Amino acid sequence: MAESDNIVVETAEKIFADLADPQTINNDKTNAWQAPLWQALSEAGLPLSWVPDDLGGSGASLADGFALLNAAGRFAVAVPLAETMLAGWLLAQARIASPEGEMTVVPASPKDRITVDADGALSGRARGVPFAKAAKNFAVLAHGKDGAVIALIDAMKVRIEAGLNVGYDHSDTVTLDRIQPITTKPAPKGLDQTTLMLMGGVARSLQIAGALESVLDISVRYSNERVAFEKKISKFQAVQHNLARLAGESAAALAAATSAADAIANAKSFNDEVYLEAASAKIRCAEAAEKGGGIAHQVHGAIGFTMEHILHRYSLRALAWRDDFGSESYWAVELGKLVASRGADELWPLVASR
Amino acid sequence: MTAALRFDPIRLPEKCEQLRKEVRAFLAEEIAAGTFDPHKPNREDTDAPEFSRRVGAKGWLGMTWPKKYGGQERSFLERYVVTEEMRVANAPTRRFFVADRQSGPVLLKYAPEHIKMEILPRICRGEICFAIGMSEPNSGSDLFAAKTRATKTDGGYLINGTKIWTSSAHIADYMIAIFRTSPPTKENRRHGLTQFLVKMKQPGIKVNPIGQITGQYEFNEVVFTDHFIPDDHVLGEVDGAWKQATSELAYERSGPERFLETYYVLTELVRAVGPNPDTRSAEGIGRLVAQLHTMRRMSVSVAGMLEAGKEPVVEASIVKDIGTVWEQQLPHRVRDLAAFVEETATNRETLERQLDFAIKTAPKLTIQGGTTEVLRGIIARGLGLR
Repeated sequence: MAESDNIVVETAEKIFADLADPQTINNDKTNAWQAPLWQALSEAGLPLSWVPDDLGGSGASLADGFALLNAAGRFAVAVPLAETMLAGWLLAQARIASPEGEMTVVPASPKDRITVDADGALSGRARGVPFAKAAKNFAVLAHGKDGAVIALIDAMKVRIEAGLNVGYDHSDTVTLDRIQPITTKPAPKGLDQTTLMLMGGVARSLQIAGALESVLDISVRYSNERVAFEKKISKFQAVQHNLARLAGESAAALAAATSAADAIANAKSFNDEVYLEAASAKIRCAEAAEKGGGIAHQVHGAIGFTMEHILHRYSLRALAWRDDFGSESYWAVELGKLVASRGADELWPLVASR
Repeated sequence: MTAALRFDPIRLPEKCEQLRKEVRAFLAEEIAAGTFDPHKPNREDTDAPEFSRRVGAKGWLGMTWPKKYGGQERSFLERYVVTEEMRVANAPTRRFFVADRQSGPVLLKYAPEHIKMEILPRICRGEICFAIGMSEPNSGSDLFAAKTRATKTDGGYLINGTKIWTSSAHIADYMIAIFRTSPPTKENRRHGLTQFLVKMKQPGIKVNPIGQITGQYEFNEVVFTDHFIPDDHVLGEVDGAWKQATSELAYERSGPERFLETYYVLTELVRAVGPNPDTRSAEGIGRLVAQLHTMRRMSVSVAGMLEAGKEPVVEASIVKDIGTVWEQQLPHRVRDLAAFVEETATNRETLERQLDFAIKTAPKLTIQGGTTEVLRGIIARGLGLR
């Protein structure tokens, strides 16, 4: 996906290039870049891409939104774009209009559970909620006696314990203690916490794949500039083979993530085939983040280990994104259980379903 | 971006799914009739000429080729489906696999018309088996070091020298080989090799089987002594084989055979752990399935690009690099996970027998058809590093 072929991605890439240049951002210790970037993204309607026009969004297709997330990964964008998109998507599933401003989704881990009481009050604790600290509102998926509900809540009403993930982005603990939401509606049939986690996981997979594309690009460029032992390090076979492996990891991440996105965008329901796609994407992209990022740092040597250099903006975020919406270990166990329950002779038909 | 690698999400069209059903039904019949045992992966022990003819009769050999040569003019994606179903079933494809994948397309591109008319329909009918004569005792990955000579004589060439590691040469009817027609030049060390169609089982060709560490005799030494090849068996440009070798590699390197070679141990592991695996087994299986799924999607994507007329040489090399490393490690990962399978698992013996074979097979997977080192060199070139 090196060239954008849709207007949503083109618009986003232009904004990222103008307002999210990684070197400029990296030099800026004040975070002064965040407000203009968010404003430009909002004016272009990008954070609410997945919200239909009549609910306050820009009504882009799922496919275009996924491509946008991949582009955001290529720039390692550190504003809650993916989170607001997911929140808007979740709210739209229950026909709840999205407010303006930053949002995020609760819960962001398959292990955490929010409950809804008979009077509509929401309770529970959600850890590792990305950008909770920056969000003005939360889209919440909660479970009660009568099934799942989707709710919009005001961020001012919840308790937030701030934290940072390994990529230095906010990843916070959110506690809801009988919070009355702004709006609550029943979740549509078939949408449960697993659906939300798969959707979030594919979003993260696309971001990881995008970040790894840039990691490869930066590493190849560096190896063609850096001279050691009187030649460019790109001329050493050991370095070439490492970079070839990095290209393989980047390619695997991209293939897994875009395939899963395509599967969701064209699926009628979250069936076993979509589950395989989405879970596999998260597992494989997380593995690629570790292997690929490791090679990139090895190629860069000490300079890549400095805060001054931009490499960590991508490599650490790719690692951090592994943790959101279920880690690769979690999804591997779940996918393994699914495969085992279907039985040995149903494995190949599942793999060969598309 | 320096590296614009593309792996677009290709979905197999509806007609592929219909074809898949036909292939599965056909293979089920063959298994029921006792042609082969899907649980026995050492299919190379089974030489199945009649099976080959029945696959041909189905129209599944040379299926992408023009109809006038016996082909079906179907898509690469359809061929992909046939290939993967055969591979997963452990069907005995040795008689036709090389001809269908590689030799036929080379003939289509470079053989004179009357040779095409004579040989291609026979490949499509599953009647003839091909071998590939590339490696020599002192020329493996370094293809352009080949020394076996083709000396011009009246009406053709005389061949002298030795090819080695030639799979299926002992049963092959033909070989497509490269021989040296001129010395390399100072400017171009790749110059001077020519591609030939060799008719096997002729005077001047001696095939000596070589035992492999699996216990099989699948590859051979092929010794040429004044073997005569007529002029019309030259394929393409004399001295210019190096120009012809590269674009076909995308077909050879990205297919499902590049990651499914040891797949059977994964199926058998899933059977052994049963419907309620412990956490360790579940995680292990989940990861392997995720990796397998990803490679297949990459491989299908390359097939889609080939179908669209592109030449994704770097992408294909990536598929083979990642795919062969994976299928090589798979038996060892399955062995790790199988360590705690209950003694009472009904398929325990099958799994152990398969692991024994897969573990012995594994070392060749990253060597045959382009070593990992060669592939990474190609990828590095694609990245602009050399």
